[in-house]
Amino acid sequence: MNILGLYNYWIVIILILIGFFIVIAHENLIKKLVGLTIFQTAVFFFYISVGKIKGATAPILDDRWQLYSNPLAHCLILTAIVVGISTTALGLALVVRIQEAYGSIEEDEIQTQDTQDQLECQLEAYGPRKQFLTKRI
Amino acid sequence: MLGGIYSLLSASFFIDLDAVDVAFTEASVGAGISTLLMLASLKLVNRYERKTRYKPLLALGVITITGALLIYGTLDMPHFGDPNAPAQQHVVPRYLNESMAEIGVPNVVTSVLASYRGYDTLGETLVIFTAGLGVMSLLLVSSRTKKESKNLVPADMRQQIILRVVAKMMIPLILIFALYVQFHGDYGPGGGFQAGVIFAAGVILYTMLFGLGVSQRAFHPEVIILLTAFGVLMYAGVGVACMLLGGNFLDYNVLRHDPIHGQHLGILLVELGVGITVAAVMITIFYKFTWRTVKHKYHQ
Repeated sequence: MNILGLYNYWIVIILILIGFFIVIAHENLIKKLVGLTIFQTAVFFFYISVGKIKGATAPILDDRWQLYSNPLAHCLILTAIVVGISTTALGLALVVRIQEAYGSIEEDEIQTQDTQDQLECQLEAYGPRKQFLTKRI
Repeated sequence: MLGGIYSLLSASFFIDLDAVDVAFTEASVGAGISTLLMLASLKLVNRYERKTRYKPLLALGVITITGALLIYGTLDMPHFGDPNAPAQQHVVPRYLNESMAEIGVPNVVTSVLASYRGYDTLGETLVIFTAGLGVMSLLLVSSRTKKESKNLVPADMRQQIILRVVAKMMIPLILIFALYVQFHGDYGPGGGFQAGVIFAAGVILYTMLFGLGVSQRAFHPEVIILLTAFGVLMYAGVGVACMLLGGNFLDYNVLRHDPIHGQHLGILLVELGVGITVAAVMITIFYKFTWRTVKHKYHQ
């Protein structure tokens, strides 16, 4: 009983780990965002479950009730949910632009394209000087 | 789709945990809007993940270690539902005991949100506004695309007579419900954040079934963009009005002769500002994603 009273944290931890796993194991950027969303809801659960008191009711004051859950946690999380969806939308917009620029949303493919571009840039930058050097020799 | 079901499930969890306000928000955001945005962007990028054999072993190792550490950390935590937990101690009893006398609003979440932590909520509203601005600038569309999109009604939606008829009856109810949630937030669960999202969901439903052109005639995009800023300005304006009347920033007591009436008025105006910004930002984000889809269609 003693240790089982902590089960709410374990549910939160399992959700966090699922989200974290998706974020680090997948190359697909949209999947990463889905993972972040799951991570985010896990944090919401954490706050709300910390605010819960056994036998209490929703924090809307009324004469019939004496014990209320924690209104502060609710307030923080309800704003966090709406902020979360707008930041997710921002992330999705970024992904859409990346798809348009690179033609792919797989992280490793983007990385390869970037290194190739960098190499070409360096070649161009050093190109004339190389010729100059060879002439002098 | 699964995401929507997940959100509805978590909303019912929240009700069970006595967090009705949060459940409300999660239901309207998760089931209504986030699923839709996910689907819209999946339409814009590749539909399927590349078939690849990634190596999950390293990731599995990392999360096992993290999980073990986190569970070790919980051993010192207070038990679930414990009334003596530290989280219930400091400022919360004051909110619960004094807020009726100080603010006079039965829903403590609303009074904490709009009055005690008014600065915080102003910040959150600004974050939402900024995210909206970010989406607007990332997904810029030319006016030509906008013109083309006016005639666009999803062809398969034309045939869905049942959907269209049902939606026609539902949409006014959704909008009225949003207004009820907005103005009844002092007494029951609700407030600007939830109302804004519900209102936007109604508009989005309308757009999906009757086409962008019709919807843009009713909710003109440029007006909506102005409204995103107007909501934030309204919130901050109430704060400045309080300062001009001799109080602190966002100290509503001075708005009326009676502090309680002042608090009521302040909370009402501030929540209205939040609601306007949230609804306008959500609608703008949806319009931007839709225009992007139209652009892709015409340029391929």
